[in-house]
Amino acid sequence: MTNHWVDIKNADIVLIMGGNAAEAHPCGFKWVIEAKQHNKARLVVVDPRFTRSAAMADYYAPIRAGSDIAFLGGVINYLLGNDKIQHEYVKNYTNAPFIVGEAYSFADGVFSGYDDAKRSYSAASWGYELDEKGFAKVDPAMQHPRCVLQVMKKHFERYTPDMVSRITGTPKDRFLKVCEYIASTAVPNRAMTIMYALGWTQHSVGSEMIRTAAIMQLLLGNIGIAGGGMNALRGHSNIQGLTDLGLLSTSLPGYLSLARDGEQDLETYYKPRALKPLRPNQMSYWQNYPKFFVSLQKAWWGDAATAENSWAYNYLPKWDRSYDVLAAFELMSQGKLNGYICQGFNPVGSFPNKKKIITGLSKLKFLVVIDPLNTETSEFWKNFGEYNDVKSEEIQTTVFRLPSTCFAEEDGSLTNSGRWLQWHWKGAPPPGEALGDAEIIAGIFTRIRAAYAKDGGAFPDPIVKLTWAYKVPTNPSADELAMEANGRVLVDVFAPPDPKDPKAPPKPLLKGGEQIAGFGQLRDDGTTTSGCWIYSGMWTQAGNQMARRDNSDPWGIGQTLNWAWSWPANRRILYNAASSAPNGKPWDPRRKLVQWGGKAWGGADVPDIRPDANPDDPDRVQPFIMTAEGVARLFAPTGMAEGPLPEHYEPFETPLENNPMHPNNPKAKSNPAARVFKGDMEAFGSPKDFPYVATSYRLTEHFHYWTKNVLTSAIIQPEQFVEISESLAGAKGIKDGDMVKVSSNRGYIKAVAVVTKRMTQLDVDGKKVETVGLPNHWGFVGVAKPGYLVNTLTPFVGDANTQTPEYKSFIVNIERA
Amino acid sequence: MEMNRRQFFRVSAAGLAGSSLAALGYSPTEALAETRNFKLARATETRNTCPYCSVGCGVIMYSLGDKAKNVTTNIVHIEGDPDHPVNRGTLCPKGAGLLDFVHSSNRLKYPEVREPGSKEWKRISWDEAFDRVAKLMKADRDANFIATNSNGQTVNRWLSTGMLCASASSNESGYITHKTMRSMGMLVFDNQARV
Repeated sequence: MTNHWVDIKNADIVLIMGGNAAEAHPCGFKWVIEAKQHNKARLVVVDPRFTRSAAMADYYAPIRAGSDIAFLGGVINYLLGNDKIQHEYVKNYTNAPFIVGEAYSFADGVFSGYDDAKRSYSAASWGYELDEKGFAKVDPAMQHPRCVLQVMKKHFERYTPDMVSRITGTPKDRFLKVCEYIASTAVPNRAMTIMYALGWTQHSVGSEMIRTAAIMQLLLGNIGIAGGGMNALRGHSNIQGLTDLGLLSTSLPGYLSLARDGEQDLETYYKPRALKPLRPNQMSYWQNYPKFFVSLQKAWWGDAATAENSWAYNYLPKWDRSYDVLAAFELMSQGKLNGYICQGFNPVGSFPNKKKIITGLSKLKFLVVIDPLNTETSEFWKNFGEYNDVKSEEIQTTVFRLPSTCFAEEDGSLTNSGRWLQWHWKGAPPPGEALGDAEIIAGIFTRIRAAYAKDGGAFPDPIVKLTWAYKVPTNPSADELAMEANGRVLVDVFAPPDPKDPKAPPKPLLKGGEQIAGFGQLRDDGTTTSGCWIYSGMWTQAGNQMARRDNSDPWGIGQTLNWAWSWPANRRILYNAASSAPNGKPWDPRRKLVQWGGKAWGGADVPDIRPDANPDDPDRVQPFIMTAEGVARLFAPTGMAEGPLPEHYEPFETPLENNPMHPNNPKAKSNPAARVFKGDMEAFGSPKDFPYVATSYRLTEHFHYWTKNVLTSAIIQPEQFVEISESLAGAKGIKDGDMVKVSSNRGYIKAVAVVTKRMTQLDVDGKKVETVGLPNHWGFVGVAKPGYLVNTLTPFVGDANTQTPEYKSFIVNIERA
Repeated sequence: MEMNRRQFFRVSAAGLAGSSLAALGYSPTEALAETRNFKLARATETRNTCPYCSVGCGVIMYSLGDKAKNVTTNIVHIEGDPDHPVNRGTLCPKGAGLLDFVHSSNRLKYPEVREPGSKEWKRISWDEAFDRVAKLMKADRDANFIATNSNGQTVNRWLSTGMLCASASSNESGYITHKTMRSMGMLVFDNQARV
């Protein structure tokens, strides 16, 4: 989230789209109710189903699953066409005035720079026109035909209300009413927040769905303000933490990244990462990348990381391609992966195309499962009849099942969706011989390390020289790990000389070995360490900031700055300097956040800008300090796989024969930049055999596949069901309560049919399109009756940027069982 | 004597039921029907966070067991933390049922192994589990580690063993997992953020 849960109460309009907060984040959704009751806010919901969020909404519009870019593109066209944008904000805080280079083009669904064979783009032709100093050229009047605003107007004018309705199935009047609600926040004294979740991420164009919404929010001036924001509602209690810590194929902690094969030295590695400002005097905060990287290397390899060996640069692996989960199971199914560790993750339940997952696991030499609960993955080799029809004697995988603690049995921190790091304490020991995760990982690692120290082997250096100063080497404590991730100085650090008394001895800030107070103290000369730079400040010399429990809200807008600790630097709302106009005074005096006080920025949040950056300076420091431009990118010359602007593409499994935006270009039917493995293309079904759109989702009473192990949860939501409209039920002779079989080209499930008005038939591109709704929570392991894994049905293709699988828009057939 | 619920709670905590105060006629009106003290009065409160969704609701866990040696603490009740600014004492149906997660009959208790082709689990010790897993991983890394790619560039990666990390594990556990696995050159490495 750019904002946070409590801040939602400050909104005037709440848009829930690509998510279902009332269902999946019920206690967070309560802040929507607060906004409605105390701020006269209106809730607008756009969803393929009339969800529990829709039931609380002031307005609901249906949409075909997977067509959100067309809908949002239509809203952008409405805003630009009706001049419903926050003019001063757009002109000053976005790249609307920037001039795009001549090489950029877009034709029939494909941007310039596309390589057919590789299914990927080179971004070279998307760059700005630069001046002789290397800065981007701008046209403040925003009339230049190649300025971003004009390029965008041209791009989005194709998303007319008629076209939107044709692609999404949303009735035109409903679409336009939603546009009105949204457009009402284009003024400085009205704010809209968007609450979205996996309904936007779990598509082959998911990243672009989110980006389209972000562009919309920027045009409205809703980013960096109280009650505004792009609020990503994450799925798990610490998925934000694990994302921040970089536990992804090519990532490092703090959104640093591993080097590619071609980046053989530090300078080459730094160049695309330490972004130089594209406009004069901008912070372009990533230009400090070397400080973060060197500090990480010092945290991990200590004295073994020196200037001479480029800070142990080669101790880290380099990558030639992404080895994300889809790639991992592709390798597994080809017999190229020997071992796999599944910690607190149930791929048999959670990954697409269950058959492919089981095949993959069956080819492993060894599988290690670490979990507090039993899972389908740990028992993938067991026959469970129709629910898991395998032959154990043919599966040669050695499977270890290691019991771990659960949340109640450990100390540590979790990062919620609002970026708050909250400490928790152990309340009881775990059952039996279960151990904490750190102890299990340390148990395995210290033995591997001892073997390398004793017997040698392949490149032992990074393993034997890894820093390991924990008091109990086989069980690093949560406190030690948190302090290490925060970081410390290795030498005494002094304050800069006092200009009023330059001869005075320098004041000591920190002694060598002490915890740093924030990432501003990090250096690239090997004198600082930090395991995760964005978390610097969470454990200072003043102690564990994540354990703070002062819930006072002095400004009355939900800014509890002394409860726990948020990254970065305890800022609660990102880009908060954008809550004030270019003169440093608040856009909305009723909703002040951070403003210029004459000498410094201050207010109801930690300023997200250099505190002394005077807005009256020529070339003032702009609020979007992480971008090279200093302003927000409506047009993105770099960063996205599909292009600098979003475009509607069909899901890989679609009820339509072609993309209505580009009916004559098969290359632009589905995402031209998405990766599809050989064999997975063949596993897609065609609408002839599978005529109905399917989408999968959660229920309030359950959490994925965990809670079928939890008696209370299993009791209040016991039996597996699917949801269909009255018209689909009538067409297939299905009555409410009948057992039905839902199948895709990859398998089938059986469940009870719930026939409901909450599902509707849509008119899409001249066809009547029906949707089958599939709640996720059943499987063959649990304390209640077994059910079928919904991911038996889903397709093995992911978003072009993230490789997140397309679970939310695919096609199925349904019939009475 | 007349008491409101809060006062009765405190009286019970002091263990006055059946005491001399009661004999003197000062016992709370409801206490005569109470045969034991209100359980939560002698529980230890521990602050924690719900492990399910990303709202991160504060919870209070109540456990019994006086922490003397050989006493096993046992959590008997979990409810929302009223001090928490986001959930303010409330929980959703999942959080409200957390006790049944902690005490689920499907909690794993002992390290086990399933040998190739077998139809069942076999209980093993942690020593054996750590030893075998470490040996398998080292052997696989030694056999398949890629120091340089076909262009002669230094890559130092290990692609034949992978890991999926838990999105409900703590930051501290995630940190040590990243540090150790990356030091071995692992690239087949993801968590639920990917899906």
